[in-house]
Amino acid sequence: MALFSNAAVLLGKELRTEYRSRELLTTTVVFILVVVVLFSFTFDPSAGESRRFGPGLLWLSFLFAASLMLQPCFLREQNNDTLSALRLSVRDPFAIFLAKLSANTLFLLLTEVLMLPIFAVLYNVHILAVFPQLVLVLFLGSLGVAIPGTAFSAISAQARMRELMLPLLLLPLLTPVLLASTEATGGLLEEHPGLRVDWLGFLAGFDVVFLTALWLFGEYLLEE
Amino acid sequence: MTAPAFTPTGIRFENIEKRYGSLYALRRVRLEIRAGESVAFAGRNGSGKTTLLRIAARLVRASSGQLDFLTSGGEPADFATQTGFVAHATMVYDELTAEENLLLFAKLQGIADSSARAAALLDEVGLSERRKSLVRTFSRGMRQRVAIARALLNEPSILLLDEPATGLDPEGITWLANTLRRMRDAGRTILMSLHGESEVSALATRAVRLDAGFVAADTQTGANLHSILTFAGA
Amino acid sequence: MLKSTVKAIGLFVLIAITAYLAFYYAPIEKSMGVIQKIFYLHVSSALTSFLAFGICFYANLRYVFTRQQKADWLGVSAAEVGLAFIVVVLITGPIWAKPVWGIWWTWDARLTLTFVLGLLYISYLLLRSMIEEPEKRALFSALFGIFAFLDVPLVYFSIRWWRTQHPQPVILGGPGSGLEPRMRVSYLLMWGALTGLLILLLSARYRLEALRASVEDLRREAEVR
Repeated sequence: MALFSNAAVLLGKELRTEYRSRELLTTTVVFILVVVVLFSFTFDPSAGESRRFGPGLLWLSFLFAASLMLQPCFLREQNNDTLSALRLSVRDPFAIFLAKLSANTLFLLLTEVLMLPIFAVLYNVHILAVFPQLVLVLFLGSLGVAIPGTAFSAISAQARMRELMLPLLLLPLLTPVLLASTEATGGLLEEHPGLRVDWLGFLAGFDVVFLTALWLFGEYLLEE
Repeated sequence: MTAPAFTPTGIRFENIEKRYGSLYALRRVRLEIRAGESVAFAGRNGSGKTTLLRIAARLVRASSGQLDFLTSGGEPADFATQTGFVAHATMVYDELTAEENLLLFAKLQGIADSSARAAALLDEVGLSERRKSLVRTFSRGMRQRVAIARALLNEPSILLLDEPATGLDPEGITWLANTLRRMRDAGRTILMSLHGESEVSALATRAVRLDAGFVAADTQTGANLHSILTFAGA
Repeated sequence: MLKSTVKAIGLFVLIAITAYLAFYYAPIEKSMGVIQKIFYLHVSSALTSFLAFGICFYANLRYVFTRQQKADWLGVSAAEVGLAFIVVVLITGPIWAKPVWGIWWTWDARLTLTFVLGLLYISYLLLRSMIEEPEKRALFSALFGIFAFLDVPLVYFSIRWWRTQHPQPVILGGPGSGLEPRMRVSYLLMWGALTGLLILLLSARYRLEALRASVEDLRREAEVR
């Protein structure tokens, strides 16, 4: 399929440029670290309290970090008008979105997984036993952030005040992702951890709805 | 030189209009360009040259009117037309090397032997030695060479060039003129926007002057060609 | 002009009648007392705002596929009018909640949905003000509007699930469950009156947007000359 081979080639390009500069990953990791540390001053991070507030603050910091990390996604393509070159080259413009949202999901997931051990130590929660399940929650949640996030990055690149516009467009829309991910993560950090399949299913549903919308409307997002 | 792997193609603008709000970038543009012609578009900044080229590249959709590609016999073409586009911007990634850029776009376009094609084009634009260098480290002239190489990847039958001589030194302009002459002589159709006369404009077999979105003049004879090109430069 | 004045007066009378009915015809609710009367306005406004956002979604889709300016005008008008009704919901909600629940605000599923909905359409209007060129503004805001509307059921269900797992004040009966007939008549009339108001506001706002567009056109043309 031309769509997937095109997307794979483009994903390779995204990964290669990020590997060269490591701009996105380093700044995002540091940003989340700062937020997580600052949050610890707002309550007493003992084991019990952390279980109550930890998942929420973790996901809030991920959401804020994502709304910053996704900024350059389409802005970069404007610098040399490379977006036009991509549009002229790919047969299905959805390939551009597929590559970018895969890269963004991957970057988000990487920073989150890097942050987990630090979060666990700072907030006295145990994550080792439930690590694979946590990664599954992180994956579905990050996908939910990255799909509308990538789409809106193409929208905000067209607007003035774009640095503020992207969070304003994205964050209210992500209410369901925040709720579902926080609940699912909370379930795993309990004293008797349990995988919240209902919330995971909900996250998967969210991902499917917006992936379909992006597939249907993606080409219009790239118009000039 | 590679053998012509393209079908000579003309292009027809049928009452093309482009509005931005109520501002007309193009107004009732009717032009028929036959396969193999080299057309220079002249006109002030904002006269619609760039918009016309971007519509021909199908990057911008016209507000109204129709765009047709024509066979060498002048019939509407039913085959997928390959256009090559060189814009103001380089349309290549600064963070990738020249070779990586060409490979990326070759693969996206589904070109069979992409590495051979990239190598051949790097050779043609004279960048073989610097192929492993990041485009970021290139001079403006070298970037323009990469941009032109990218536009040639798919063996375009129609070349669309938006002020291709921008940023080129005299040596680069000579090189560009020679490259375009080879393209023209091989039967490719060329549409280019130009500022004033140069070695590049000497290639044109036809000149069109745009004024506020209208076609203000259109000629194929030498003396008038000269006057259209210099008028716009003034 | 005269016609719209007549319509406005007619609507005013209709709303006055429904208000009278709500207060004097419909019986007083047993457990909540007189304060329940605000529900007639509260619930009807909420339903009307959803209708407005539905119209906005339709206009957004229509713009993306047909690129008619008119669809863009309808979209922005519906979003603004819908927001006005949302404001009514968000003001009447706490006025009702304070005496009944003892608190101004609770993160109840319906209230929260309304709030998030309001935020989404504020973003929609903000985005419009941040894109200069009319065609781009219309297209990109329409695309955002489509995404935002798809989010509505997801927001609603996520909050409902989330709420059912946490303790919350019990909503007494909730409107719609076994309504007394006179109450039902009052509800329906109020909703009808507000829908009429929606249509009136929408058409006024639409005309304004059309005028604005032609002013913008004239101004640009003057600049070019």
